[in-house]
Amino acid sequence: MTADTVTDPPGAPGALRRTSRQIGDVVFKGFSTGSGITILVLLAAVATFLVGMSIPALTADAADLPFGDFWAYVAPYAFGTVWAAALAMLFAVPLSVGIALFLTHYAPKRVRQIFGYIIDLLAAVPSVVFGLWGINVLAPLMRPLFVWLNQYLGWIPFFAGPVSGTGRTILTAAVVLAVMVLPIITAMCREVFTQTPRLHEEAALALGATRWEMIRQAVLPFGMPGIVSGCMLGLGRALGETMAVAMVLSPAAVINVHLLTSSNPNTIAANIALAFPEAYQLGVNQLIATGLVLFVITLAVNMTARWVVARRKEFSGAN
Amino acid sequence: MSKRIEIKDLDIYYGKFHAVSGVNMTIQPRSVTAFIGSSGCGKSTVLRSINRMHEVIDGAYSTGQVLLDGVDLYGPGVDPVRVRRQVGMVFQRPNPFPTMSIRENVLAGVRLNNSKVTRPQAEEIVEKSLQAANLWKEVKDRLDRPGSGLSGGQQQRLCIARAIAIAPDVVLMDEPCSALDPISTLAIEDLIHQLKEEYTVVIVTHNMQQAARVSDQTAFFNLKEQGKPGELIEVASTEKIFHNPDQKATEDYITGRFG
Amino acid sequence: MNPLTAGRLPRFTEPALLVVCLVVTTAALSVLNAGNPGVIIIVGALLFLLVSFALATSVEGVRHAKDRLAAHVVTGFFLIALAPLVSLAWGTVSAGLARMDVKFFTYSMRNVIGEGGGAVHAIWGTLIITGMATLISVPIGLMTAIYLVEYGARHRLASAIRFFVDVMTGIPSIVAGLFAYTLFSLFFGPGTKVGIAGAVALSVLMIPTVVRSTEEMLRLVPNELREASYALGVPKWRTIVKVVLPTSLAGIITGVVLSIARIIGETAPLLVTAGMNQSLNTNPFDSPMATLPVFVYYQYVTPGIPQDPYHARAWAGALTLILIVMLLNLVGRLISWKFAPKPGR
Repeated sequence: MTADTVTDPPGAPGALRRTSRQIGDVVFKGFSTGSGITILVLLAAVATFLVGMSIPALTADAADLPFGDFWAYVAPYAFGTVWAAALAMLFAVPLSVGIALFLTHYAPKRVRQIFGYIIDLLAAVPSVVFGLWGINVLAPLMRPLFVWLNQYLGWIPFFAGPVSGTGRTILTAAVVLAVMVLPIITAMCREVFTQTPRLHEEAALALGATRWEMIRQAVLPFGMPGIVSGCMLGLGRALGETMAVAMVLSPAAVINVHLLTSSNPNTIAANIALAFPEAYQLGVNQLIATGLVLFVITLAVNMTARWVVARRKEFSGAN
Repeated sequence: MSKRIEIKDLDIYYGKFHAVSGVNMTIQPRSVTAFIGSSGCGKSTVLRSINRMHEVIDGAYSTGQVLLDGVDLYGPGVDPVRVRRQVGMVFQRPNPFPTMSIRENVLAGVRLNNSKVTRPQAEEIVEKSLQAANLWKEVKDRLDRPGSGLSGGQQQRLCIARAIAIAPDVVLMDEPCSALDPISTLAIEDLIHQLKEEYTVVIVTHNMQQAARVSDQTAFFNLKEQGKPGELIEVASTEKIFHNPDQKATEDYITGRFG
Repeated sequence: MNPLTAGRLPRFTEPALLVVCLVVTTAALSVLNAGNPGVIIIVGALLFLLVSFALATSVEGVRHAKDRLAAHVVTGFFLIALAPLVSLAWGTVSAGLARMDVKFFTYSMRNVIGEGGGAVHAIWGTLIITGMATLISVPIGLMTAIYLVEYGARHRLASAIRFFVDVMTGIPSIVAGLFAYTLFSLFFGPGTKVGIAGAVALSVLMIPTVVRSTEEMLRLVPNELREASYALGVPKWRTIVKVVLPTSLAGIITGVVLSIARIIGETAPLLVTAGMNQSLNTNPFDSPMATLPVFVYYQYVTPGIPQDPYHARAWAGALTLILIVMLLNLVGRLISWKFAPKPGR
């Protein structure tokens, strides 16, 4: 298939010999391979620089570090990162799957694409705008709900008081994150749901299934790997999201599960954004080291996703 | 458990597209009726209208009547879900649910209609349906393996088992052998012969020898001319259609001078 | 008795029921003095779900009731998702319009305290940095995709690249920023904040999306086209340049435009790499450079006194940003829609 297969037969006339055309091939192939290798080098550089800059913070004496012992410093933020993302996923996943079903199986056919585009618009909104919206619009709207939750369900640790006066709590941040990852998960689910083989859907309907039974019997099992990888994609985004959390949350360096108070565990990404402009010397190293922790967390999520999807693929038998 | 089908003045539309016009025919219980005709003449559409599967396509509707032992499938208050429960269907390409085992595939329809099937009952249904589909011997040792691991012919028989597990009155088959090799085709044709002992079978086929081999009655569909809706040209005993048809168009089609 | 008919709720039942539920809730809640419209809608909707499910169960049976419930829930979810979109659009437009004036697009923040000033420096910065990121990312991304599709096939290197491109997609944007910051600190002294550093950070985010979308488009080119070209004796690289790329050009451009739209709103990496500048700086290799997202952020979180002019500028910046992103999305979709092969029927 490749041009290389045009070899010179022994004693062939010059017309079949390698000419300048093949030089073009060599150069072009060299450039494209080189670009691919550049990406590998770039990624290696990202890893090396991050690790290299983190080492001083990881090896230095706790007393010399501007933010104190590294692991004690990063723990609340790591917790906050995972906690906020988990809360966001709690809202976003069922909503996204539902919306994707609505867009593929319930909405009138003529408007499906327009509705899909409307949801996609959410993905296009820059995170700093979500931050503004979170503080100004969402937080005040959430506060009455928080008061109500605390009043009637305050005995559950999640809803313990005192209720934040601004509404800028981790629950609000999680809602903003949910809105941000929702279009990502929806897009992925929508794609796999539309790919459900018509044959399987008709098989279910012909057995006398209602639309919902057809979805449970044919659409959801078929789309499961897609749903999982969509969720992981969304989770990756939620873990790494910086500005929306940095702006919405009134942060603290604590580990707790209170959703409504003004002392909330901050996330790693948001903490970097807030602390970086003022950091110097070892402080910079320390913040970069927290970034490395975040990178490792997101990497782990990504790997899990790939593993899950690869494993499910053998079962799905999609043809 | 077998019912008579009467089709009266049936017209089927997909939105503005008039697919089939003016179909009238009667299908006797415990018989096999074959629908033949060139591609796009509406025979599959008519077949699907017998269990309202054509309505799956947005904008599809029909006028006229399809009666199942005198009960109009399109009457007021009729629930298409119930219709499909009584009129089973087998598709062009085998379509077992890929995420289910062989056993679950057979039980798929049963579980929808009755969530409280006991284990022994379920086992009985599985065995009976697979026996009836001539598949039991081949799969009885691997009921828990995925249905998609079977060969094409076995998959199609699994789909037939799945369709008859809910004890329908009618079994519709939409070119059930078009994706199969000759040996699997033969197995399915044998099966169709057995099925008519208990069910009313309607089959769409492109293969005229197949129609001649399996059916008691044959209906020939055709387009009057390009761009016009499909029509039922002639319906009669298979013997008559193949040897002494009334219509010239039928004779042309049978003898291969057409389409 | 017809065995095929089941009890069916008349068509108008559900809309009527929904209205009744909302009216009842409004009445009940205003008696209880809790007439918040949000609460009314939530409680009314829940009541509707409950009542319609009970009614459908008794008339149509539990299977149909579940079917209806699923339809209601799914539709409800869609409406819930629309709420933040509408609220966000309304909030941004209403708060942003105040400062969408000529001054906003012609003035920088140089020597501005309080009212006045504009974002021209930030807009230029965003255009320059995004432009440079595109210049870095597109050739690398495009050529890598060509390697993956046309040359790599089953090579080890290709699968390694594919894997690491996936890894790269998952890099949090702030981490990309930290990388670029580190890179420039190392070579140009600690704390170097310049526009090009921002462009490098954005490239790390942009390259994988360009590779992915281009790869997808190249794969759509049927092999017959390539073989036809080889059969005419055209060398491989000319086949790629003259046959494969033109065939998939519209899709590739759409992918690039959409990935620009994705990075143009990035804030965090620019915060740590390009920094902030109150004046117009068009030299990406020297001194910090303002960008629109960072401008919005600082105007909002570090306002002067009085706050209002700062916040108004932040919202105007946000509105500008949204408009740019929407425009890019629209252009991308228009390209793909215009040149995409139309599906039949």
